[in-house]
Amino acid sequence: MKKILATSMLSLALASAAYAEPVKIGVITTLSGGGAGLGIDMRDAFTLAMKQSGNKDIELVIEDDAQKPEIAVQLAEKMIQSDKVDLLTGIIWSNLAMAVVPNTVAQDIIYLSPNAGPSALAGANCNANYFNVAYQNDNFHEAMGQYANKDYKKTFILAPNYPAGKDALTGFKRFYKGELAGEVYTQVGQTDYAAEIAQIRDSGADSVFFFLPGGMGISFMKQYAQSGVKTPVMGPGFSFDQDVLGAIGDAALGVKNSATWSKDLDNDANKKFVEAFKTEYKRLPSIYAAQSWDTANLILAALSKASVKDKEAFKAALKAADFKSVRGKFVFNNNNHPIQNVYVREVVKEDGVLTNKIVATAFEDHKDAYADKCKM
Amino acid sequence: MIARETIINLVLAVILLAVPLIAMAFGEPFYVTLSTRVAILALAAVGLNIALGLGGLVSFGHAAFFGIGGYAAGILATHAFNAEPMLFGFEGTTSMPWIWLIALTVCGLVALPIGAISLRTSGVYFIMITLAFAQMIYYFAISWPAYGGEDGLSLSVRNSFPLINTAKPLPFFLICYALLLLAMGLFALIRGSRFGAALQTARQNDTRLAAVGIAPFNIRLIAFIISAMVTGLAGALFADLNRFASPSMLSWHMSGELIVLIILGGKGRLFGPLAGAMLYVLFEYTLGGITERWQFFLGLILLGVVLFARGGLLGLLAGKARHG
Amino acid sequence: MSTALLIEQLLNGLQLGVMLFLMAAGLTLIFGVMGLINLAHGSLYMIGAFACAVVASATGSFWLGLIASLAAAAAAGAIMEVVVIRRLYDRDHLDQVLATFALILIFSEGSRWIFGSFPLYLDIPPLLQGAVSLPGGGQYQLYRLAIIAVGVAVALGLYLLISRTRLGMRIRAGESDREMIAALGIDIQTLYTIVFALGAALAGLAGALVGALQSVQVGMGEPVLILAFVVIVIGGIGSIKGALIGAILVGLIDTMGRFLLPKTLALILPAAQAGMVGGALASMLIYIVMALILAFRPRGLFAA
Repeated sequence: MKKILATSMLSLALASAAYAEPVKIGVITTLSGGGAGLGIDMRDAFTLAMKQSGNKDIELVIEDDAQKPEIAVQLAEKMIQSDKVDLLTGIIWSNLAMAVVPNTVAQDIIYLSPNAGPSALAGANCNANYFNVAYQNDNFHEAMGQYANKDYKKTFILAPNYPAGKDALTGFKRFYKGELAGEVYTQVGQTDYAAEIAQIRDSGADSVFFFLPGGMGISFMKQYAQSGVKTPVMGPGFSFDQDVLGAIGDAALGVKNSATWSKDLDNDANKKFVEAFKTEYKRLPSIYAAQSWDTANLILAALSKASVKDKEAFKAALKAADFKSVRGKFVFNNNNHPIQNVYVREVVKEDGVLTNKIVATAFEDHKDAYADKCKM
Repeated sequence: MIARETIINLVLAVILLAVPLIAMAFGEPFYVTLSTRVAILALAAVGLNIALGLGGLVSFGHAAFFGIGGYAAGILATHAFNAEPMLFGFEGTTSMPWIWLIALTVCGLVALPIGAISLRTSGVYFIMITLAFAQMIYYFAISWPAYGGEDGLSLSVRNSFPLINTAKPLPFFLICYALLLLAMGLFALIRGSRFGAALQTARQNDTRLAAVGIAPFNIRLIAFIISAMVTGLAGALFADLNRFASPSMLSWHMSGELIVLIILGGKGRLFGPLAGAMLYVLFEYTLGGITERWQFFLGLILLGVVLFARGGLLGLLAGKARHG
Repeated sequence: MSTALLIEQLLNGLQLGVMLFLMAAGLTLIFGVMGLINLAHGSLYMIGAFACAVVASATGSFWLGLIASLAAAAAAGAIMEVVVIRRLYDRDHLDQVLATFALILIFSEGSRWIFGSFPLYLDIPPLLQGAVSLPGGGQYQLYRLAIIAVGVAVALGLYLLISRTRLGMRIRAGESDREMIAALGIDIQTLYTIVFALGAALAGLAGALVGALQSVQVGMGEPVLILAFVVIVIGGIGSIKGALIGAILVGLIDTMGRFLLPKTLALILPAAQAGMVGGALASMLIYIVMALILAFRPRGLFAA
């Protein structure tokens, strides 16, 4: 039955040039467990963008991966084989993306990443079916390394002992020219950083750069603020975004962090987005929301140009990136990763709510370091 | 008269085989994938059931072997794919039988020292020391950069089996199904053997066994090693199913899930793991489709089973177990 | 490496140990008296932290939050005991593991249902903000010293409770011979509920105290739970003294391992690599120690 329906739709689509055929988009994201906050922001922004577009032909299949790679893989199989989705998107975490993306694109299904950008998918293993609408994992850290050159000579750096953590410190070191006061890899999921803070105190560092996503970063910042160590900290925007600022509290005030987006970025698309998100959900959007809003709008823009059933034309339409990004200028590089500005933000308090404002531009039209290895 | 349990067992085995065949006929390959998942999880639980159901050894660390099996498949395939030799000049391979053999061997070799140390303890201590060993391996896998660390290891294509196209869902399911039946045959064989009798006696009464001149320690150690090897084999298949091996296969949640499967189906029963795996995957799949709070309801169901349905699904359907 | 740094790290190890003791004491007490293995102990820790964060942000007082955390965790513990746990005492460990595993799922998803998916905010009370000077020129966070003090007080209190009071006498009796106390006409069900609530309250206290230092979020109890199990197994299940010594041992080994292993390896390896390998070894260290201890003392250091 389903099959007959699908074929008739296909013939219909081929016959009409208006591309008003139904489009099915699979969204796999984290909606339960400790990391659910990020996935919920992703989903909320995505569905809101689709709703506002008024496009009635789009059907979303949204499922929870519980932040477990094997569940994500199973959901991807289900969406491809059973729901027969045209596009997949939604994954927040690098390790889940690594589980799902290679097999998805190998089956000639287009995947659009709204957040993770592992280096393994950006270089030699890049794929024409894989579009990263967010960033390559190193980008935020590279920007912070670049910006640190201005003020600092001796930085202490730390990250969790896993691939994204190593990518982070590698990214920072790629552009940072000063000396390192120490380089520490912490345990994944660690909640107490007293031992590391003691080493920072002892190291004579003039600054600290850390990448500790989620609860790890909250714990680190709260403990750091109370430790009596006055060395300034900086980090990628993930540790200072809207989802975690409330939990860190005033300890985050004044901290510099890098990101490709901020709520106060001055462009029409962004103003519209922030306003719409605030009205609908009564909270400020995070960077995850912004990126998935862009992902949704990129899809919508491509759909207006080409049929999703015509894979090559649709990919070309995606690659053209002819949409109004909330990040301003947005272009895809040869490896389907963005070329975009990376900003430095500072945590401030507005109307009693902690948020970020842009204080500098670390990179203009920044490309990732792996694009050269990509043969596309 | 055939026992009621035997009929139910047959029905379960037929259902698991029929679902993918029917699904294929209707062009719904996803249900084949789901059934393959059931078969593999059941295989892993059959392995654990040798230690837990027959020997009374509550291992809370069998995820270690599940993960090692998975990594064996992942590592061998990666080396073969990239055509780079491994340590000591061994070549990688993408042939399933070889991978299974290596996964079985490695799991056996790892289970030997873990078992030898853990079996010095008993009761809660045994539960906890097996957990400790699994955690050690888990943290090692997360922070070991060579094979992907926390990102895990992707297999570019599913490994191959002579004369069978494993890339297609149905043939791969049939391989897993056959291995599951083989493992259940092994379980039945052990249970009926003198070794199995000694193992079950050791569970109930150490001294009686020692009195007839059999060392309970050796019996348990052998059972623990066999159990680990079967679970490891399932791990290798699981990596092939997902085309992916990751540290989450080694996490303590995985160990917990394997125990859940056995209890859900019925502890110590031949078909307990299969019944449990079918039920678990069904819950996970249907509840996950209904609500994002599915873990809450899964918890309630599990609690209900432990409190009110002590024999698990098979206990409900087939009555009290004849074997302990 | 300065003396100040070494002292600071020793204090850090001690503080982690004391916090683990609050968790482990309840676990070991519950096992000793009722023979029950409770995986959901980490959920009680989480409940304590959430209760403290919610009440503190509503009233503006951390101290009220702290009281709320004790009350909420004790109440949750008592309800859990009466509704579920009571049915598990005469079951084997397997059923207990499974039932309490199910409780973890229920509590974690349940709290997310009630409190939402974003981490909550809980700050250190103004009285305990900041750092104090240490001899040798170092500084140490005042709040962490306070946690150490609370832990020592709890250890002392438990000792007095168990050795000097009527309730303590019954607990000791329950540990050695369950039939006997029933024969003595003691209401054993009430005793069990009280012991369980007491253990729960200690876990809730630990959650609230630590919640001010880290992120209050769903799943925060699980890593601590595993560590607490390591502690009681090293110490000998059922022994409060073992839990105390095991906790401090684990706290010190974990902290010193994280601190010293990379430094030691840096003598023979490049810095970045030493950091990675050292970090990996450090995260495995306490499990290695636990396996070693059990290999030589299969019932822990102070078996009851």
